[in-house]
Amino acid sequence: MSAPPLVEVDGLSRSYGDRLALDGVSFGVAEGELFALLGPNGGGKTTLFKLLSTLLPPSSGTFRVDGLSPVRDLRGLRRRLGVVFQSPSLDRKLTVLENLLVHGAVLGLGGAALRARAAELLARMGVADRAGDRVETLSGGLARRVEIAKALLHAPRVLLLDEPSTGLDPLARRSLRALLRELAGGGTTVLLTTHLFDEAEEAGRIGLLDRGRLVALGSPADLKRDVGGEVLVLATESGDEAERLASDVAAALGARAEDSVPSRRVGALGATVRIESLDAPSLVPSLAAAFAGRFRSLSFGAPSLEDVFVDRTGHPFDGDAADAPASAGRGA
Amino acid sequence: MRAAYALARREVVRFLRQPSRIVGAFAPPLLAWLLLGAGFGASFRAPGGASYLGWFFPGTVVLVVLFAAIFSTISVIEDRREGFLQAVVVSPVSPLAVAAGKIAGGTLLALAQGGILLALAPLLGFAPSAAALAPALLVLALVSLALTGLGLAIAWMLESTQGFHAIMNLVLIPMWFLSGSFFPAEGAPAWLRAAMAANPLTYGVSSLRRALDPASAAGPSATLSVAVTLAFALGAALAAAAVIARFPAGPDHPARPSRRKQP
Repeated sequence: MSAPPLVEVDGLSRSYGDRLALDGVSFGVAEGELFALLGPNGGGKTTLFKLLSTLLPPSSGTFRVDGLSPVRDLRGLRRRLGVVFQSPSLDRKLTVLENLLVHGAVLGLGGAALRARAAELLARMGVADRAGDRVETLSGGLARRVEIAKALLHAPRVLLLDEPSTGLDPLARRSLRALLRELAGGGTTVLLTTHLFDEAEEAGRIGLLDRGRLVALGSPADLKRDVGGEVLVLATESGDEAERLASDVAAALGARAEDSVPSRRVGALGATVRIESLDAPSLVPSLAAAFAGRFRSLSFGAPSLEDVFVDRTGHPFDGDAADAPASAGRGA
Repeated sequence: MRAAYALARREVVRFLRQPSRIVGAFAPPLLAWLLLGAGFGASFRAPGGASYLGWFFPGTVVLVVLFAAIFSTISVIEDRREGFLQAVVVSPVSPLAVAAGKIAGGTLLALAQGGILLALAPLLGFAPSAAALAPALLVLALVSLALTGLGLAIAWMLESTQGFHAIMNLVLIPMWFLSGSFFPAEGAPAWLRAAMAANPLTYGVSSLRRALDPASAAGPSATLSVAVTLAFALGAALAAAAVIARFPAGPDHPARPSRRKQP
């Protein structure tokens, strides 16, 4: 990247009392990028979203959007941000159009220009026919589209969304994703948080957050390539069995479990043994023969983003990460 | 100003689209007025020889205003955390415009509700003179502003509506009980009289009672009543504006980042 990225996040940290929820996170997002912050609940996504949306001041570190920092020029920064919260910020008692007009007035817009802008956005979001309906009569997917229209009223450079597909049915999710891709394609930088792998797959780049730290940054394809060739998963009955099997497999393959050589790694994770290897398919017959009866099933495939997460953090994605930041903070 | 106007207008439109709020604002005070008035009426001798129901009426109007102010400000708590106001607080808008919009909308609603009850007075058996109406409405506007400002300042500093209920029961409702709405200060024990004299709402009720029926004059003088009511209204509005400016996104989110050291 030669030009500075549109969004520059520089060592952002935030603690709640003693708990460090976000720990020195830095990354950049280029103009027109579709960027996903992926992580388990409690990983720090929502805290990061609150900081970037200027809802919460950071404990330390800073960020800039289009060169503007919240400390130097909060108003200017906010003018460049469109924010879509996880819980709806639409007034359910107002109509779709009224919601846009009130928010437009809050932004200092008004008159014919505001009406034209609102109509244009509602048309673009595919909800023009519902302009006169009260928001309480809308489905979740349509309400989210109105929410996005509202966030785009002032033509922000960056659209920030917190878990945008939460509460949407699969069809609405798919159309929302298409919409976000289209927005990014049109030059609006889209930065969203998600805990859904398939949603993150669609992003140009991903920042993987765990226990308040950024543990990986890159395009989904690059991140998966880093994991190594393919992943073999042996499912066992219990964590103990998986531990024993992992060390036996490691011994048999001549690789230690902690081996950091990317070509071949063996580790226990919950009740499974994971073998990352460039030659995973060729291992299947020998493993099946040598360890028959010690695992219930064997599967293998290309690494997923979940594998990336496991690879980078050493623990499962849905683990109890919510308790973790405190110890991570104290330990540092 | 555009932002403040739009936010105030939103308050009014929302109110009109929720019939339950209209009932909620009128029913309890009217019921209290009827039941208490009927119950006390026989034994109670009001200053100036008015009937108890008549004497109690200004206090009932103030109670309607208090309920209206509570209902319109309590919504702020959830609205800010997970509703419409979330988007407002991260907008490039001045917190003062947000405060002005909320205060103006809430005051207007409270005044309208109190005013409707005033307009119903003839149906309830007394007709304030036409000359009394303008000063009464003016006083009511000040009381509406005072209670809305106070409610907003409290609500903005709370994270839960339960907290507001507690303050409502511990502060706002007792404030009304001790305002001379319900019983006159004369004849009350000295400590109660002192509490009533220290309660700014006492002067609002007194102002309203004097405006509606100069004959029932008792308690603080007209000048003192109006002066304190005016100060109460301005003070409460300023307090609400100050709280919102200091904590634009709520109690945990001060305008200036705290410089907490990292562990």
